Amino acid sequence: MDSKRIAVPDRSACAACGSCMDVCPRKAISVFRGSYAVVDDRRCVGCGMCSRVCPAGVILMEVRP
Amino acid sequence: MKSVRSAKRHWYHYLWLYSLFFFAAGFFNILFAWLGLVSFLLPLVFAFGFGTKGFCNRYCDRGQFLRMFGGQLGLSRGGSMPAWMKGKPFRYAFMVFFFAMFGNIIYTTWLIAHGAGSLSEVVTILWSVRVPWQWAYAGGVEPWVASFAFQLYSLMLTSEIIALATMLWFRPRSWCVYCPMGTLTQLVCKRKASSEEKMQEGDFAK
Ligand code: SF4
Ligand code: SF4
Ligand code: SF4
Repeated sequence: MDSKRIAVPDRSACAACGSCMDVCPRKAISVFRGSYAVVDDRRCVGCGMCSRVCPAGVILMEVRP
Repeated sequence: MKSVRSAKRHWYHYLWLYSLFFFAAGFFNILFAWLGLVSFLLPLVFAFGFGTKGFCNRYCDRGQFLRMFGGQLGLSRGGSMPAWMKGKPFRYAFMVFFFAMFGNIIYTTWLIAHGAGSLSEVVTILWSVRVPWQWAYAGGVEPWVASFAFQLYSLMLTSEIIALATMLWFRPRSWCVYCPMGTLTQLVCKRKASSEEKMQEGDFAK
């Protein structure tokens, strides 16, 4: 079953540091071409680990559309 | 901040040890500071060669150091960075400033190599505090070689101190948001990604 929430990084403010990718237990978030973080919404379970670790605080946890 | 554990341990999670080695080695023999050039070149190899921030994402010793001490050991207070600090104007300005300082190091080294200027055996912290460091240098190399080492060590130590300060105050890897090398490699990657996209669009148009 899909989780209620999902991680949504703000591309324009992302520093592409990869902290989020390092903590994600589901390998659901990755840095796309060294440019910004992207989330695979089928894998994301909405745990919020990435959002808590992001140094720039640019990952919002939103209700799955 | 509550300590955050990575999903899985990998060998590169131990690269923070290299940071310790670098600063300790330079403390005893300043010539080790030349190794700092590796930290300047590797991220660029990833960015220009592969178009990724692979260095930042995994293999940067400083990034791992901040993650280890700020995150895993929980030394970070975990506050949010102020908006100006993570905004583009500051990030770009800090990058320009930092590389100008690096350029200045090269210029001074060049001057000394050409007989102008002289070697000072000091490590300058935060561009202002000059700490005598003569124990770490026993001579035996050209003055410019030693001078470059002292200056590069100063720059590395200065940025490490700034990085540790924001690690303690904000989230562990807050330095990585405004790290000049991180900003530069992200710019290179974005440029590369968009030009490759354009090339592909060109292919479709044919
Ligand atoms: S942790 Fe934040 S700034 Fe770093 S790559 Fe992920 S979303 Fe971007
Ligand atoms: S919310 Fe959890 S599962 Fe989803 S991307 Fe972030 S860390 Fe991964
Ligand atoms: S942003 Fe700077 S300190 Fe952080 S991982 Fe990249 S190169 Fe290392």
